[in-house]
Order: sequence, then structure tokens, then C-alpha cells
Amino acid sequence: MDASTSLETHGEHHHEAGHDHGHQELGFWRKYIFSTDHKVIGIQYGVCGLIFLFFGFSLMMMMRWQLAYPGQAMPVIGKWLPYIFGANTMPDGKMTPEFYNSLGAMHGTIMIFLGVVPVAFAAFGNFVVPLQIGAPDMTFPKVNAASFWAFGVGGAIMLTSFFVPGGAAKGGWTSYTPLSDISDKGPGFHPFLNGQTLWLLGFIFLITSSLLGAINFITTIIQLRAKGLTWMRLPFFVWAQFVTAFLLLLAFPPLEAAIVMQLMDRTAATSFFLPAGMIVNGAPLHISGGGSPLLWQHLFWFLGHPEVYVLILPAFGIVAEILANNSRKPLWGYKSLVFSVLVIGFLSFIVWAHHMWLTGMGSTVSAFFQTTTLLISIPSVIILSAFFISLWGGSIRFTVPMLWATAFLPMFGIGGLTGIPLAFNSADLYLHDTYYIIAHFHYIVAPGTIFGLFAGVYYWFPKATGRTMSEFWGKVHFWPSLICMNVIFLPMFLQGMLGMHRRWYDGGQGWTLSGEHIWGLTGFQWNTPISWAAWVMGLAQIPFIINFFWSIKHGKKVNDNPWEATTLEWTAPSPPPHGNFVTTPVAYRGPYEYSLPGREKDFTMQNEPVEPSERSKRMAEPALAH
Amino acid sequence: MEIPYTISTRPDTGLWNAKVGIWLFLASEVMLFGGLFSAYVFLRLDAQPGEWPHGLLNVPIGTMNTAVLILSSVTVVLAWAALKMRRYDAYWWYMLATILCGVIFLFVKLYFEWPQKFSHYGVYLKPEAREKYEQYLGNHRREEKGLEPRIEITGHLENHEALTDSNVKEYEIAMDPVNADPDNPAMDRPHFIPLPATDKVAKIEKEDVERISSFGPWHSAYFASYFTITGLHGAHVLGGVLVFLYMWLPVSKKVYQRNPEHLANRVEVSGLFWHFVDLVWIFVFPLFYLL
Amino acid sequence: MNNPPDIAQDPAEHEEYAHGVQQHVSRYLMVGGLLLFFTLLTVALSYVDFGGFLSWLFHIHISPEGGRKLNIAVAIAVAAFKASLVALIFMHLAAEKRLIYRVLIFTGFFVLGLFWLTYLAWYDPITR
Repeated sequence: MDASTSLETHGEHHHEAGHDHGHQELGFWRKYIFSTDHKVIGIQYGVCGLIFLFFGFSLMMMMRWQLAYPGQAMPVIGKWLPYIFGANTMPDGKMTPEFYNSLGAMHGTIMIFLGVVPVAFAAFGNFVVPLQIGAPDMTFPKVNAASFWAFGVGGAIMLTSFFVPGGAAKGGWTSYTPLSDISDKGPGFHPFLNGQTLWLLGFIFLITSSLLGAINFITTIIQLRAKGLTWMRLPFFVWAQFVTAFLLLLAFPPLEAAIVMQLMDRTAATSFFLPAGMIVNGAPLHISGGGSPLLWQHLFWFLGHPEVYVLILPAFGIVAEILANNSRKPLWGYKSLVFSVLVIGFLSFIVWAHHMWLTGMGSTVSAFFQTTTLLISIPSVIILSAFFISLWGGSIRFTVPMLWATAFLPMFGIGGLTGIPLAFNSADLYLHDTYYIIAHFHYIVAPGTIFGLFAGVYYWFPKATGRTMSEFWGKVHFWPSLICMNVIFLPMFLQGMLGMHRRWYDGGQGWTLSGEHIWGLTGFQWNTPISWAAWVMGLAQIPFIINFFWSIKHGKKVNDNPWEATTLEWTAPSPPPHGNFVTTPVAYRGPYEYSLPGREKDFTMQNEPVEPSERSKRMAEPALAH
Repeated sequence: MEIPYTISTRPDTGLWNAKVGIWLFLASEVMLFGGLFSAYVFLRLDAQPGEWPHGLLNVPIGTMNTAVLILSSVTVVLAWAALKMRRYDAYWWYMLATILCGVIFLFVKLYFEWPQKFSHYGVYLKPEAREKYEQYLGNHRREEKGLEPRIEITGHLENHEALTDSNVKEYEIAMDPVNADPDNPAMDRPHFIPLPATDKVAKIEKEDVERISSFGPWHSAYFASYFTITGLHGAHVLGGVLVFLYMWLPVSKKVYQRNPEHLANRVEVSGLFWHFVDLVWIFVFPLFYLL
Repeated sequence: MNNPPDIAQDPAEHEEYAHGVQQHVSRYLMVGGLLLFFTLLTVALSYVDFGGFLSWLFHIHISPEGGRKLNIAVAIAVAAFKASLVALIFMHLAAEKRLIYRVLIFTGFFVLGLFWLTYLAWYDPITR
């Protein structure tokens, strides 16, 4: 029995009977809290992820005070923070070095694993992918719900770590050993409920969540594509999410293994990462030794590198959709884009040691990793170039999503290009662990990915709610964000080239070279405009938050396809009901049929059958997906 | 709303959803245990001469446990075949056998193997003190033969109070045969039948001791890896047993009656997981017990 | 080699279908027996001094360390053979679909890359 046929008759049955045949009406908890519907889960991930993003951003805003005005009491909120984070974190409103380190470690962890990945991959993926492939839901809805709640538990544990004695983890988001093995231990710390151990435990839940999500995404994309939706007719967004899911699936487990080992080191006195002869606080450690700190780095970065592609690929996907839609022409080089994203996925597994240039690797292994690292820049450049070329000759309209998407292009360009020197171990010898690195990766993730995420929010908001967000306040959100991002991160390249280290608690004030002048200010003095730009940027997010929640109920109502887009999600009602489509979609054409010659409208949706007049130019029948 | 291809296969891939899902999950598990095994390789390569122990695990018990797990792999695939042939009773018995095998495996590990490690002690001697205890180490002969030096005296700790009481100046160890008779060539390779500790007691002065440790995870990189890998593997065995229990209890009969192929698919998917767990053990056993 | 045939909807076909599965059952039992045999073989081989044996056979000197490496190689080879039996026959991989093969081949490549590159980094430090 052909499954799609059964779905059609089922759907017609729905329509006629006017009620959900076979489902009793779900209670509040099953419908909104423990839902198994991909759209609800997507929104849950999205809202939680955005809240975590803002929280992680706030941690950074606190750090920026210390960097611009080291040793000075934080005004206004300095009095209140000790009540939240503990009296010993900010005595008299002045930040302690330990608290600074906690903020640094948790800012990174929260932004990446509780902010960007949940929003870019889980939220957008969950909501959009089944709709774009014409599926009624994910293949494993209950696993999907389990994935979200594992994320919730992991996030809760991470947040709890701020409030235990000793505070949150302090060893960087990279949690390098042996420091992370021995930190948060001793008098004043609980043997189990301490920041670092909770960080490790929370991470296990987050990894579990990602693995379950990845399995769901891959299976769904393979198995539930609508009839006629062949692989090369998929929207690029789906391809990007598909590769991202594979990266999560195969790269996270070695880190999970390493985390288990670090937990053993911390709780069972093992020495996976502790070499013999270690002396801590003047006394030798009573451990067996025989461990290796480098082992942690290898296993961490085995995930760490694919992870950064996890951070960028969904944004590539979102930007692709929006560029095509707002230039009213197909994406240029679809096949190159697909091929490039597959190559990126593959190569990303064999470049990881470029994060370890300073660990004393010999010339053979260094040559290998330098080569693969340089190679992986090629498909990235192909993708960005294809995006730029896609704009050429287009009928560009600067809707709010398009503003974010076009800004993404040069911002990601800067981030990507500044990575090239880092592929050489010789150049990286100097730049490693300086502000150059911070500027490089933030350009990719912050005005890169996060701009892509904002673009996606404004773009798909009408599909999720049936209303648009305010265009005016969208622009008020956009312009200060763009300007502030550049004021924050551009000078950091220069600070890095001066040699200012990335984890100094005093912002480099004590470092001689930070007294050198660049563009009129000393390296250290640049911390001040950077910090102010960060705080202004925080303020610029407020219109977004208000716009987002206000528009849910009061935004301008629109039809099912307000952007006049071509992909399948826009054929569903806004918001889509349980089961998504009134009739099962069938795809007859590619995903970006904008400005097709000889047509009345300037766009043709994927589920529009091919007319006899078109038939000479294309295949007659929709092929069953191969 | 029904999700297509939960039981029937999608024409172009030839697969039903859960089968794709479980293989993806197993791929991630390959990477997980791969990470642990690569740690094993890294740590073993890095070990100083004499630091990586051999022959400290009970091979007959390990062999028996391996056989139990292999047997359970056979019974689970027979359970699935019985379901495909629509013989529910045969399925029920085979599934029960599988569950019991899993429970036996865990019981043997948690009752026989792990606990005895915590009463077995090893005293690491300081490098400068090793000459003094040559009678228990036999390193002169070992050096001639090109064998790794012995740096540890192992056995049963007779005076436990020495661990905490600083007034006690020496450890009394009822030595294992390898230290009681170190120059015997039979002691160069591990024995199949583990030999019990002898009555011969060595008195080792605390000032000659680098550290003393029972054979827990804290003992060495070897035992750290052993307990972590077998612990994680054991957790997977437990998970599998619980899933099988659910598929064996009366609720499974209801699934079978509604759609027998649905239960067959579920059993196949869990069976694949179980076989993977067996597969991991096939590598764990020689790497830790035999090598 | 092929897997047991897929479900037959028609009860009348069922007898033939059940017979088809039965043939596979004997294969499973045989593989089970093989696995048990090879387990015992692995244990036995681990007590054989390959280094000494090959030294005697070819009149060369293999150090105890080299001998140990030989034992490791033999044990892993036997383990790999057992693992392939489990994978190909119990897990039906011998007749699985292309998609599953692709996933596993990429996974295998990446896990071997993890092993090899980590080993290479250990083997090739900047100083010796």
C-alpha cells in the first residue's frame, strides 16, 4: 500500500469530517509542553535558545566592564550581582578574576551549545525542514520531544552551576586539562556539585539531545521527502541541515567519551589526562599519573572543529533561501553549493589539529593538517561566491530578512578570510590565544551566523504565526546591530596583532605592548569603545524582543505566502495545523523557480504541475524521489 | 496523522524509518567507543616501561562472559526470526534467554569481577628503591632478557591500618606468585588460571613507596580505561536488557496482535543495538584481558 | 547472500515464507558456534609466544616487545573477523541497502582517521 496515497485519503477524511479523526483533543500539557509536534518543538527550542543567547550576551556585557575599567566597581548593577551570583564573585561590585573566568567559560559554552546550535539547527531545522520537504512531521516525534527535554535538563544543569559554592566552570569553554581536572576542588567546594563537574554533566545531556536530534533530521530528510522531491530539487536549507546533522552525529561522541573520562578524573581519581609528577599548591597530587593532557585536546577538537561548521551551515542555508527570494531569481550554482557543503562536511573531520599548533606537533602531522585546513577554505569560498553572484542581475528588495542576509555576506567574508593565516602553524604561533582569534571566530558567528538567525526569524515568523513582525522596528534592530558588531570586533584584530592575550582578566592593562598606539588609541584603550559598542548593541536587541512578542498577537495579518516564495513550506496554512498540509504535496520542479520566462507571476511554487507549454523544456513526469 | 514508512519500506531507499534511525545511532556509537579505544591506544603508547600491567584480570571468567554475550546474540536473532515466522511462543522463550544472558553478564561483572579488584593491592616502588627489593622484582634477569622492568609489588594487604596510621612504618603484602617467585620463567607471561596470592609476606617500608593503591580506576591508566570502557559497555548492556524486557512483557503481545510486523521491526532494531554491544565486547575482551 | 524475505501479506504464502526464514536460522546457529570457537582460539593464541616462535622459525631475533606486538596484531585480526561475522550475518549487513553502507563507510573512515591522526600526532612530536 503506497503510504502517500493513504495519507491523501486520510487528509481528505480530515477535511470532510472537520475534526481530527483518530486523535482525541490533547490536554494543555501534551499540546504545548510535552508536545511531539515538530513545529511546537521547534518553537520551544527557538524561544529557549534566544533566551540563552541573551543571557550569554549579558555575561559578556559584564566582562566588557572589567576589560574597559579593570578593577573598578560596576555601577548600578554591581550592587545587585552579588545577590544573584554570590557575595564572593563581586566584592564591592568589583569583579574577581575567578568570576571573570567563569563568565568567559560560560559565555562561550552558553552561546554555542545553548544558544546558536539550538536555534540554528534544532529550532529552524525542526520547524522548517519537514514543511520544506512536504512531510507531516519528523520520523520520530517522541524522540524529538525527548531531544528537547534533554536539552532542557542540560541547560538547567549549566545554569545551576552558577549558584553552587565556587560558582560556574572557569576553565574556558574548551575545558583544557589538567587544569579542568583539578579545578573547583578542595575546601569550599562540594565534591560533586561544583561548577566544573556540573558543566561536564550538563554537557552529557546536551550531547544526548543533539545526537537524538541529528538521527531524527537525517532519517526524516531521507525517508519523508514528498513525491517528486528528488535530492537535487531540495532547497539548499535542507541540504545544509542534512550535513549539519551528520556532523553532530559523528563528531560529538568522541567528546562525550572525553567528558566521561574527565568526570572519572574528577570523581574516581583516575588519571586519564593527568601526567605523573604533578604538583598542585606545593603538594604532589596523589594520582597514578600516566595520563596525557593532549589526549583531551585531540578528543575535544575532534568535535570542536566540526562544531564550528555546525554553527555556520544552517546560517548558509537560511541566507540562501532569503537571497533567492528577495532577488527574485534562482540561486546561482546550486550544484556547486550542494557539492561544496558535502565536501565541507567531509573535510571538517580531518582538520582539527589546527587548534593545536602550539602543542609541539612535528612537521609531518602539521603538514597534513595545514593542507586539509587550507583545502577546506575552498568550498567555503565557493559557497560565499555563489551567494554573491546570485545577487547579480536580481530584482533586489530590501525586506528586513534581506537586510540581515546581505549583511551576512561581507561579515562572514571577513571572518572566513581572517582565518586563512591561522591555517599556517607559523603565523598561528604568534596569533594563537590572542584577540585576533576572538575577532576571527566572532565575525563568523556573531555578525555571521546570528545575523543569519535573525534573518530566519523575520522570514519564517509569518509562517509560524500568520502575522509579520514590524518592518520599521526590524530596521531599528538591524542598523545599530551591524554598526556595533563592527566597532566591537574590528579593533580586536589589531589588539591581537599587538599580542594581547584573549583571557586576561585586566584587559591587557599590565601588558607593555598594549601601550602601543593603533589608530590613535593604545591597544588597551580600545577596550573602552569596544565595550560601549557592546552595551549599545545590547540595547539594540530590545526592539527585537518587544517586536517578536508583540507581533505574535498584534502583527499585521498576512496570507500563507507573504514573501511570494517558491518552496513547499509556503503552500501550507499559516500556522500549519497538526499534519502540516491539507493535501499531501507533490513536487514538480526545483526550489528556486523565480522569474521563469513566459509565466504571469515572477515566481512558481514547487508544487505547481508542469504545464504542457513548459513540457518541451523539462521532464514530463515528477520522478519518484531518488 | 500517520508517519509514512514506519513499517512498510520506502521504494527508493528500500528501508523503513527505524532501520535508518538505528543504523545512524550505531554509527554514533562507533564514534563513541572509537573515542574510548583511541584513548586506550594513546595512553598505552605513552606508558613508561613497566607501567602498563598485564595479567591482572581473570581470563576464565572473562571468556565465560564473552561466551554468554555471544549466546545472547544468537538468541536475540532467533527471537527475531521466530517473530518473522509468526511463532510468538518461540519468540518469548528466545527473548527470555537473551534477557537472562544479559543479566548474567552484568551479575558476573558486578559481583565477581569488579569487587575483587578493590581488595587487591599494588605497591609502587620509588625508582631508587627498586634495587632494594630486587628479590621480589627480578629485574636483573628481566633486563638481561629485554623484558620490561617490574615496578610494583602486588598482592593482599595484610595490615590495612598502614593506609591511615602514620605510626605504622611499613606495608605487609602477601605477595602474588609473580613477586613471590620473580625469577621463575613461568612468571614472564600471564597465566590462564589466575594464581592466588601466596603466603609469602613482603615488608615494604613506606619511605621506599611511591604510592600504594588498590586495583580500582585510580590505580593506573590501564585500570582507568578498563573500568571506564567496561562500565560504559555495561551501561549499554543494562539499557539493552531493559528495552528487551519491555518487548517481552505482556504489552508486547498487544503490539504483536495489532500488527506482528511492527513488533518484529522493533525487535530487529533492538537486536541490532544488542549485536553492536556484543561487537564492542569482542574488541574489549582481548585488548584488556589478553594483551 | 540475502536476508530473510520481507513480510508476506497473504497468509497462504506464509508457509513458504516461514520456510525461507528457517533456512537462515541454521546459518545463525552455525555462526554462533563459530564465534564461540574463535573466542576460545583467541584466548589460546594469546598464550602463544609468536615472537619466540617466529625467531626460531626464521632464525632472526624478535625482541619481547616485538613479540608482544605480534600477539596484539593476531588478537585484533581474530577480533575483527569475529566482529565481521556478527556485523554481516547477525546484523544482516551482507544484504543491506546502499544507504546504510554509505553511512557506515563514512563512519569507518572518520573513526579510522581519529585513530590514525591521533597516533600520528603522538608519533611525530616537534622534538624527540
